[in-house]
Order: sequence, then C-alpha cells, then structure tokens
Amino acid sequence: MSTGTEAHAPTAGEYIVHHLTHLNSTGHAQTAIIDWSVWNLDTLFFSIGLGVVTLLLLMKAASKATSGVPGRFQAAVEILVEMVADQAKGIVHSAESRKFVAPVALTVFFWIFLMNSMDFLPVDLLPRIGEMFGLHYMRVVPTADLNGTLGMSIGVLLICLYYNIKIKGFGGWVHELFTAPFGSHPLLYPINFLMQMIEFLAKTVSHGMRLFGNMYAGELVFMLIALMGGTATVFGFLGHVVAGSIWAVFHILIVALQAFIFMMLTLVYIGQAHESH
Amino acid sequence: MNLNATLVAQLVVFFILAWVTMKFVWPPIVKALDERAKKIADGLAAADKAKSDLAHAEKKVVEELRKARESATDVRAAAEKQSAVFLDEARAEAARIIAQAREAAEAEAGVAAQRAKEALRDQVAHLAVAGAEKILRKEINAQAHADLLANLKQELR
Repeated sequence: MSTGTEAHAPTAGEYIVHHLTHLNSTGHAQTAIIDWSVWNLDTLFFSIGLGVVTLLLLMKAASKATSGVPGRFQAAVEILVEMVADQAKGIVHSAESRKFVAPVALTVFFWIFLMNSMDFLPVDLLPRIGEMFGLHYMRVVPTADLNGTLGMSIGVLLICLYYNIKIKGFGGWVHELFTAPFGSHPLLYPINFLMQMIEFLAKTVSHGMRLFGNMYAGELVFMLIALMGGTATVFGFLGHVVAGSIWAVFHILIVALQAFIFMMLTLVYIGQAHESH
Repeated sequence: MNLNATLVAQLVVFFILAWVTMKFVWPPIVKALDERAKKIADGLAAADKAKSDLAHAEKKVVEELRKARESATDVRAAAEKQSAVFLDEARAEAARIIAQAREAAEAEAGVAAQRAKEALRDQVAHLAVAGAEKILRKEINAQAHADLLANLKQELR
C-alpha cells in the first residue's frame, strides 16, 4: 500500500493521503496547484474507458432501435432518452439547438452516472490490483477529480458561448454583456460586464465543483469506513459492514442525483444562452 | 485537488462523446420512439374506428332484421289473402260445376222420363188397341176410331 521504504503499516492519515493521490504522468503527487504539464492517467483511463462503455451501450440500443416491441434494454435506454428529451424540450426552446443539446445531456447523464458508480467498487480493489502491476497510486472515480468535472463544465460553458453568439449574433451578445442585467447606461456598462463575467465564472465553477465535491466527499467517507474495517477488530468489522452498507445505499441516490443535476444544469445553462435579457 | 492537463483532455473527451451521441445514438432512438408513438396512435385510431364500425354494423343488422320481419309479415298476409281468394274462387267454381251437373242430370233425367212416358203411352195405346181388337173381335176400323184412341191416349197422360 505504501510506496516502499517504511516497514510499518500506513497510519490512517497516510492511508487517506495515499488513496487521494492520483496516478499521474510524473509518478509522484502533484505539488503545484496548477501544472499544465501533468496528466492524471487514472482519471483519463477511467473517464475515457467509461465514455467508451457509454457509447457502446447507447449505440447498441440505437442499432437495435425499432418501432416494434422493445426489449428490456432498449426500453430502459428509451426511458432515459425520453426523460432527457422531455427535459430538453421544457428548457431549451429551439428545436434546432435541441438536436445537439439533447444528445449532450444524454451523454452527460449516462457518462457521469457510470463514472460516479465507480464509487461502488471497494475502495481498495482496483488500487490493489494496480499495485500488483506496479502502479502505486490510483483513484478510480473520475468525477472525484476536479479536472474531470471542471473539464465537463467548461465544455458546457463553451457550448453556452457558442449558442449565445449563434442565437444573438456576436454584436447582440456583446451588447447584452454590457447592458444586462442592470440596463443600458454608459455608467452601468462596467458593472454589467463584471456581473456577466462573475455569472459565467460562478456557473461554470459551481457546476464542476458541485459534482466534484459530492463525489470526493463520498469517496472520502468510503475510505474512512474502510479504515474502520482496517482496524481488524470486532467493532471495526461490524462498523465497516453496517456503515459501509448504509453509505453505499445512500450513495446510490447521490450517484444518480448528481448525474441528473449535472445534466439538468447543462440544459438550464444552455437554455439561458438562448434567452435574451 | 490540483488542476492539470487532464482538464483539457476531459474537455476534448466530453465533446467527442457528445458528438458521437448526437450523430449515431440520438437520431435512431428518437426516430424509433416517434415511429412507435405514431404506430400506437394509428392502432388506437383504428381500434376506435373498428368499434364505431361494429356499432354501425350492429345497428344496420337490427334494422335489416326488422325490415325482413316486416316484409315477411306482409308477404304472409298477402299470401293468406290470396289463398283465401283462390279458395273462394275454387269453392264458387265447384259449386257452379255441381249446380251445372245437377241441372244437366236433372234435365237428362226429365227427358228420359218423358221419353219413357211417351214410350209407355205408345205401348199402352198399342196394348189398348190390341186389347180392344181382341175384345171386340169385330170389324173395327182402327182408322175410324183413331180419334177415340187419341182421346184415350190423352187421358192416360
């Protein structure tokens, strides 16, 4: 579990810190807060892998989609598609935009649901297997990595900017940046612009941070519960079983809810980009 | 909690997944859903139409039955009337034939009786003449007494 030189079992602090360290391209924990030369290999692997799984599942359903009697799998995907389509219809009032926005929402929901679900695997299972292959660090939940969630929320931001310009025209959008929300007066231009920038920033950061925070906290609680079992006492074992079961059941709700919230906010933000102030 | 290039990679992956979903996943599923919705709507409409058709047909059947029954009653009444007429005619004809026959028979019988009477009268006259010839045995001219005989003959009538 620990990287080698210490002979003793890891302390609780070491265990947690070790589990919260990414397998990155440098081979050791990233020290700088922002370092664009570093890649989190574990996040990349699991998010791309689960993205491929998402696409395979969805494409399997799509290739078998008929207007006849659906099978269970097809019906399940169809329920999801219908749910996303209904939400998109209620929030984004442009049929043309929905051709892209609704699939985005579906992808986001399905993908995040799968990435969040990685939390259900025992916290030590995949890192332990990785260790057998010489990988000393591994975090298996891509949505518990701020890079993963902010990457997606910035993607949503870019879509919002695209639709702002597409719907209102570049001039119209710039005009809106300086005249909304407080009104068209030269004195208000800087305030309006500042407010707009804060709004975009807050939307994007909170969008990514919300998902990240939930999943990170969930992962951390699983680790603490695992620590309890790690004491190898009767109390620890019982505590692990009881607390682990309760938290896992509760986490099912969080996994689905956070995926849904991320999807809904994606739709809401893109819908806002369609509306003029 | 550190930011690094993973963010950019995730951003790119996000758009690739979204694009593939938009291109290959969403349209066929939505198309199938719309088609199925249309199919179901059509089916329901067809069922409604069939139901109303059935009701219509049942109404028509009742109507036709009623008409058939009515016309059957009419036909029977007409037939009965006709048969009664035929019967009456036949009866009248029969009565007429019987009366005719009876008349003919009576006439024939009357003629026959007349003829028999005539014959009898002739014979009686002959007998009387013969008897008188025999009784009188006298020269009596039958011619001379013809008036007498004729009177006698008349009396025998």
